[in-house]
Amino acid sequence: MDMNEILEIIEQDPKIDPAEIARLTGYPETEVRSRIKELEDSGIIRKYKAVIDWDKVGEEYLYAIIELKISLGDRSGYDVIARRIANFTEVRSVRLISGDHDLSLTVRGHSMKDVAFFVAEKIATLDQVQSTVTHFVLKTYKEDGVTLFEKDKSKRLAITP
Amino acid sequence: MNQTRKFVSDRVRVVPPSGIRKFFDMVIGMDDVISLGVGEPDFVTPWHIREACIYSLEKGFTSYTSNAGLLELREAVSNSFQRDYGVNYDPVDQILVTTGVSEAADLALRAVVNPGDEVIVHEPSYVSYKPCIVFSGGNPVTVSTTRENEFRLTGAQLEDAITPKTKAIILSYPNNPTGAVMGRKDFEEVADVAVEHDLLVISDEVYDKLTYNGKHTCFSSLNGMDERTILLNGLSKSHAMTGLRIGYAMGPPDIIKAMLLIHQYTMLCAPITSQIGAIEALNKGDSEMQAMVREYNRRRKLFVTGLNELGLDCFEPRGAFYAFPSVQSTGMTSSQFAEELLNQQKVAVVPGDVFGESGAGFLRCSYASGLDELKTALERIETFLG
Repeated sequence: MDMNEILEIIEQDPKIDPAEIARLTGYPETEVRSRIKELEDSGIIRKYKAVIDWDKVGEEYLYAIIELKISLGDRSGYDVIARRIANFTEVRSVRLISGDHDLSLTVRGHSMKDVAFFVAEKIATLDQVQSTVTHFVLKTYKEDGVTLFEKDKSKRLAITP
Repeated sequence: MNQTRKFVSDRVRVVPPSGIRKFFDMVIGMDDVISLGVGEPDFVTPWHIREACIYSLEKGFTSYTSNAGLLELREAVSNSFQRDYGVNYDPVDQILVTTGVSEAADLALRAVVNPGDEVIVHEPSYVSYKPCIVFSGGNPVTVSTTRENEFRLTGAQLEDAITPKTKAIILSYPNNPTGAVMGRKDFEEVADVAVEHDLLVISDEVYDKLTYNGKHTCFSSLNGMDERTILLNGLSKSHAMTGLRIGYAMGPPDIIKAMLLIHQYTMLCAPITSQIGAIEALNKGDSEMQAMVREYNRRRKLFVTGLNELGLDCFEPRGAFYAFPSVQSTGMTSSQFAEELLNQQKVAVVPGDVFGESGAGFLRCSYASGLDELKTALERIETFLG
């Protein structure tokens, strides 16, 4: 059984039923179910997630990308500070990056003030954080590999050779 | 109107319009139709290929190219066949870039057929071959393939159809409309007959990349076949580029030269924008192509299983993106079934006999549609069958 094939299907459609996966792949349904369970138990499948266009809902979420310069202590590496920052619920992603900065965060709040206070009070005050640069997100066009544009209608003819 | 009809040549007048046209006219104007009658990918050309086309226009590439096509494209074609099948075609004099594979097939026939020559076509097959043989002045000779043999052409069938006038055979595997494939052994049978009777083989392999459960055999990779094969292929199906119209023909230099002669006086050259997109597709388009093939494969399994569960007997198609179920168990003809299904449940399929008499009793259903559409189509067919 090709594990990647199952993962690819689930990544495209997390709501899909194992019976449906069995039909798409030709594998027995019981095997598909047990393989999915293994993938969940081993942490390969971390979570089933939806990509929501919150702008369309009218929800006033504000996102910001925060770049941090880190000074490492004697006994702590990037993993320690990253883990600490990742615990804040406002923080949606934490990445170690190359270039002028060390960590890149995505932070979500309800207003500019929300995000600014969070960064100033919770992040900038951490001992290892040397400096922060905040970029507010004005519009999201693509999220997690999903474009948030309106779908084009099919332009194919109804019958072709 | 009748006054002017007399001017139309006899050669054209004898060819009926494609049977597909009738269904196209029926579907036009109907709302909420799920069409399984589409012979093209439902994917849009991958973005990096479109981007290469856009960029070429921005840079001002809007001129003619060499009649044979951009050398860089012919080199990319040559490299891909060397890599995929171990066959060697010289990009300088053995490859001709055409406006779709349809043009390549037409050129191949016009370059080799003399008036009265017979060309053998297996059926069911793509609707253009027989008319193109007639347009070239030849006579098509049909060999019917059967469901029992999974619509493969056998050497014995071919042998039976050969007469002193036989000049060439058109092979088309993976096959439109059946989804049938021919393996190496099957092809070797045909090759033996071709050698024995000194025949040319025109092998249309435009669906080669859409092969499931095993690798496609390139006909000209068989021993000695490169000397008597015109290999046709293109990017329409593999890279979802139907509207960009890029095909190509490969073969012995003398034959390619003859095809080039007709091409340079008619089409002149394929559009440069599309040729530049094709270079990008061949050099950097493998991962997108493979992702599309994986998706077709899933749809194939779901759809063919679904048809069989509904009692519409369907052998396992191993190539292209068509299922070819039988409707004989319903007591209806292909056309009756297709017309009633369209009128009652708004699902458009193509009657099998459009692709030749041996397709009678079957339907061509394209599974190049989204999974949700395919599932809805199966539900509607179930309702239709009661």
